[in-house]
Order: sequence, then structure tokens, then C-alpha cells
Amino acid sequence: MMTEDEQIAYEKFSSPLTSLKLYLRAILAVLGKDITAEMRSRELLSSMFVFALLVILIFNFALELDISTRLTVTAGVLWVTFAFAGTLGLNRSMASEKDRACLDGLLLAPVDRSAIYFGKMLGNLIFMLLVEMIVLPIYSLLYNTNLFSIGFLAVVMLGSIGYVTVGTLLATMAVQTRTRDVMLPILLFPVTIPLLIAAVKGSMGFLQGLEMDAIRPWLNLLVSYDIIFLALALMVFDYLVEE
Amino acid sequence: MVKVHGLVKRFGLKTVLRNIDLTVKQGEFVAILGPNGAGKSTLLRILATLSRPNVGYVEIAGYQLPSQAAYVRQHLGVVTHFPLLYGDLTAEENLRFYGRMYHISHLTERVSDVLQLVGLYSRRRDLVRTYSRGMQQRLAIGRAILHDPSVILFDEPYTGLDQEACDMLDSLLLNVATQGHTIIMTSHDLWRVAELASRFEILTNGKIVASAEKKDLPATYLLDFYRQAIQEI
Repeated sequence: MMTEDEQIAYEKFSSPLTSLKLYLRAILAVLGKDITAEMRSRELLSSMFVFALLVILIFNFALELDISTRLTVTAGVLWVTFAFAGTLGLNRSMASEKDRACLDGLLLAPVDRSAIYFGKMLGNLIFMLLVEMIVLPIYSLLYNTNLFSIGFLAVVMLGSIGYVTVGTLLATMAVQTRTRDVMLPILLFPVTIPLLIAAVKGSMGFLQGLEMDAIRPWLNLLVSYDIIFLALALMVFDYLVEE
Repeated sequence: MVKVHGLVKRFGLKTVLRNIDLTVKQGEFVAILGPNGAGKSTLLRILATLSRPNVGYVEIAGYQLPSQAAYVRQHLGVVTHFPLLYGDLTAEENLRFYGRMYHISHLTERVSDVLQLVGLYSRRRDLVRTYSRGMQQRLAIGRAILHDPSVILFDEPYTGLDQEACDMLDSLLLNVATQGHTIIMTSHDLWRVAELASRFEILTNGKIVASAEKKDLPATYLLDFYRQAIQEI
């Protein structure tokens, strides 16, 4: 039997508005914690940035491109860079929780566990977007290509959201295995093939100045992918983190 | 406060906990003793809502597991041999983070009070990775009591601590125990828990094989009691 105080507490947490407020507060707490820790250690951002920079430099020297070919390969080169750098970040982000068993600390909190997922996911998205914000101007300079159109940036945003949505979910799975460093790319790349194809095709469409009708199917695919995997993460995260 | 009935936990074909029955009243300090691999940590992980039982009934603070796990967590503090703290955050930031996760009101005051209680107020702005193992474990206790839980679970809290840190942890544990919290602690360090606990449960091979109140069992007989219980299996 619950005491009167416990009954009040039960009802307090049962109210939908209070629950939503507490849910959002938990998401922000996880996000704030990740940003503070990263600003202090800079482990994740520096490794992602250096890796991304090296990839575009290698491509720059490996592919001596004329102007027309440049517009064709730019989207591919950029998404390969984002995907690989993103994987590094995702792995590190969840490993930092697992190494000191901090994931257990998070799971002990009286919040819906999907709030932990969304907090981690938003953190990963911010770090990936920060790396992209630095990489895109550098790529623009090295390849003499204008990347700054609203459409192209929208594709980068949608693609990144999809990538970290699936990536955070799979990183949570991979981090619980002994071979977590190799497990994440093995799990992640096959699942993100539709997303990466849509992102490359959409980006290429905007860079080549194609009609919106030709690009729209890829944008629709990106949006659908993002929504489906966000919903999936909401449903399965609790089961993924439980023994 | 804690009721466990017919609890069974299996990992694949291996049964780790077999038909566990356990009742812990409010304010009791129960020590679960047993050799390595007895199932102590698994039992505590189930009580801590980190693992689901295959069969059995678990109730903590009036809420059932696993259906009301979020409410149970509000009443639960957990200390393990890992401090569950972030090395790149200061002690204060760690507690503030957990305080937000536990929806604690008047957080600044509560964090200061807890830091003073665990004797780390003067080092509150130092990164946790610069702390010694003993200091981290004291802060872990601070993290566990931050939301003033009614039940606190300790899973081998002495692991990796030197003598001085163990003594400091003892006094901190006694302090916590006198505040009316219900405490369940697993350990294989009989001498330490003999001083602290009010009841002993011997768990071996996934079963509770013996139980004794401290008042019925002088500390000098605890080792014999433990050995006898283990050998009976």
C-alpha cells in the first residue's frame, strides 16, 4: 500500500503536463552534461574534425577534378567524410558512458529512458553539425565549389539528423559488445544506405541546380527516414539498454 | 519497504537466482553475503531496476517492478564499485546533473549539503578524474543520497579502497544508516558488514540459504555461521 505522500508523488508524476516538463528537463540535463564534458575534454570534436579534414585533403590530392566532375563527386566525398567522422563521434559518445558504468547511473534516474536517448542524440547531432560547419567552408575553398545554398544545407541537416538518430541507437547496442569499435560501422552502414543514397542524390541535385521535382523524392525519403527512426528509437531504446 | 517473492533470473540456460524470497522492513540494514558468483550483484541489479527478473514479484516502496520502475527509481539510491560519475565534470557539476535527472527542487542548497556531508565541499570545483578512489566513492554515496531515497542499495562498495578510505566509508555509511534509510548491501567482507548491518542473509549458488538477526548472532560467530551456511549447499 502507498502512503499519502507517495500517492501525491505518484499523481504528481502522472500528470501529463508535469511529465512532459520533467521529460524535457531530463533531455536538456543529458545534453548539457555532454556539452560541458566535451568542451572540457574536446576528445570527440577534435578526433571527428581531424579525421574529416584528413579525408577531404586526401580526396583533394587523389582526385584532380575539372569543374563539371567536381560538382558530381562533391556530394559523395562530403557524405563519406560526414559518415566516417560521425561514426567516430557516435562510438566515443556512448563509450564514455559505458567505460565508467555511467550508463547505469543514467538508467537509475526516474525518467523515461527515451529522454536519455534524445539527450544523447541531440548532443551527437550538435557535435556532427559543428564538424560539418567547419568542414564545409574548408571543402569550399579546397575544391573551389560554392556549397552555401539553403537547399544543400537543408539536405545536410536532414541527413545528419537521420544519421545520428540511427547511429545513437545502434551505438547503444554496439557499446555493450566486446568488439564495439568495429561493431558500430558493421551495424550502422547497412542500415543507413537508404539515408546516404538520398543525402548524396539530394545534395548533388542542389549543387547541379536541378529542378525541385527531381530532388523532391530524395528529400521525401530523408524526411520519412528521420521520422521512422525517431519513432523506432522512442519505442525500442528502453529494451536496448536493459539486460 | 522491499518485498521479493519467488524471484528467478536466468542468463540463457544458466539460472543465476533461484526462487529468492526477501523482505526488508523500513530502516533495516540488511547485508547480503556470499562468495563470488553467488548472484548478489544480479539480485541488486534487479532491485535497482537495471535488470528484469524472469519470474517473481518485486515491490519497493509500494511500487511493483518492472511496471512501476520509474516510481521505484525515485525512491532508490544505488552505490556500486563503479562511482557512476563523469570524470570530466566537477563534483558539483556531477551532483547538479544527477539532481536535474531526479527533479530535485532547491538543487543548489541540496548539492552543497550533500558535498559537506561527504566531506568534499572544499574540492567541489575539482574534476572528478583528479579524485582518489576513496573520494570518488564518497562522492558516489553523495550521488546516491542526493534525492533522499528511502532505500539505498550498496553493491560491494569497498572494492578497490584502501584501509583509510574503507574506514571513512564506514563512518559515512553509519551516518546514512542512522537517518532512517533502508539499506541493502552486498559484500564478501564479513568483518566490515558485521559492524554495520542489522540482519545478514547468506546467498550462495543463487539461493538464500541462511538468515540471522545481528542481535541473535554476535560478530565473532558470523564467520562460523557464514561457513556453515555455505557448506550446507
